[in-house]
Amino acid sequence: MPAPETVLSVRNLAVRFGRSKLRAVDGVSLDLGTERLGIVGESGSGKSTLGRAIMRLLPNAAHVEAATLDFDGKPLLTRPEREMRTLRGNRMALIMQDPRYSLNPVLSVGKQVAEAALLHGKIGKKEAYAKAADMLARVRIADVERVMSLYPHQISGGMGQRVMIAMMLLAKPRLVVADEPTSALDVSVRGDVLNLLDELVRENNSGLMLISHDIRMVAAFCQRILVMYKGRVVETLTRLDEAQHPYTRGLIAAMPDPRNPVQRLQTLDRRAIDALEARS
Amino acid sequence: MIEVSNLSVSFGSGEARRQVVKGVSFVVGKGETLGIVGESGCGKSTVLRSLAGLDRHWEGEIRLAGNAVDRERSREQLKLAQMVFQDPYGSIHPRHRIERVLAEPARAMKIGDGWSRVAPSLEQVGLPANFAERFPHELSGGQRQRVAIARALMLEPEILLLDEPTSALDVSVQAEVLNLLSDLREERNLTYVLVSHDLSVIAHMCDRVLVMKDGAFVDELDKGALEQGQTHHPYSKQLFKASFL
Repeated sequence: MPAPETVLSVRNLAVRFGRSKLRAVDGVSLDLGTERLGIVGESGSGKSTLGRAIMRLLPNAAHVEAATLDFDGKPLLTRPEREMRTLRGNRMALIMQDPRYSLNPVLSVGKQVAEAALLHGKIGKKEAYAKAADMLARVRIADVERVMSLYPHQISGGMGQRVMIAMMLLAKPRLVVADEPTSALDVSVRGDVLNLLDELVRENNSGLMLISHDIRMVAAFCQRILVMYKGRVVETLTRLDEAQHPYTRGLIAAMPDPRNPVQRLQTLDRRAIDALEARS
Repeated sequence: MIEVSNLSVSFGSGEARRQVVKGVSFVVGKGETLGIVGESGCGKSTVLRSLAGLDRHWEGEIRLAGNAVDRERSREQLKLAQMVFQDPYGSIHPRHRIERVLAEPARAMKIGDGWSRVAPSLEQVGLPANFAERFPHELSGGQRQRVAIARALMLEPEILLLDEPTSALDVSVQAEVLNLLSDLREERNLTYVLVSHDLSVIAHMCDRVLVMKDGAFVDELDKGALEQGQTHHPYSKQLFKASFL
């Protein structure tokens, strides 16, 4: 499905680390419009590296090469770090897995969210606080006044992730990369966080890249799914039942499904997948 | 195999005293797998820790294999039930080799030196015997969880207490570990109590599921009810809805 406006365009992206010849990400091409795109794979498949390569947040030892890596029509790879800094958090945002590690433990919630507003909005302190309070109310935090004075260790994981979303989406970014935004959370709050993310992304008319290992969740939430294995995109799907590649099928079958109970779960036949990959 | 009546656990004292588990009772038969599901903070792990003998300030009665156990357990009582923890990165000593990790329970219980049983116990969880020489950081998450299971089985317990055994793992590795647990259950006629917030894992593994909320059980579902998604309480209905998007 061609997206109406292209937010991000990637052709032949490859990432190597240090002197290793191994490509953590190998020839990935994708276009992201104002839509929800899911990236699925096991740990080590390169999905998070892909997300970070787009944000240009990889360490110096990483070599990122791409034929095209355009964000909003302009190339990203040649920009100096200074420009990237103004882009990140402002035009593009990354939501990480665990709010316990990604929030600053020594700043109160209100201060952190206001800081984000201050940095990107060219506004005064008072305004920034007001904006932060609005945003926190938007992510359905009850009793905003109280929560703003709390420190990250005093709030729950689900609330922490909502604070994180508030902080990241405050500047109305064009591109949101969410790297396992719900895997540190309870199932019961997972749906809320995803719906909230969706609502805000739609409202801002931005593109969302959702990175996760949970193929069923991604399928329920995203319009398109890229399946990654060993740094390469093996398949692009719009619905789960279209899956052709044995790796994708293996991933789906490995998840227990209470509606179709089985005695033993199917595990991935890695040898068969590697053999198929070697041929192609 | 396990009979629990009126188990209560409280933390803190005075004003800040909070009752985390509020007088729960349940029975698990031999060879049965009981699941406990609930959101974080509902007290499900505390129930498990009391069963394992890790928390010692519970009130009520716990009977394992027909005998009531004390708060301070004797060696014999400790051997009855062993625990597998959520995070294999945190539950294995980072500077001990795998052989020492596996020999430790036998040495602590003073039943032989344990070293001779390292190789067979590794093979039984599907790992090569030469892994004994490795350190935990040289193993992947799934392999580490296998080591944690092997360690729990070293004392040949009849009951295995599983606290979110796969929530730190990838789905593909999760399938392997769940299969291993099912195989071991069949081989050794083990009794499991499995705690998780993931209903699909619970539904796959368990014969019966208790839904926990705020320290009390609000619903009980058997296998048929799980398959059809039948619930008897609004909270479990909500949990079902959240689990299957």
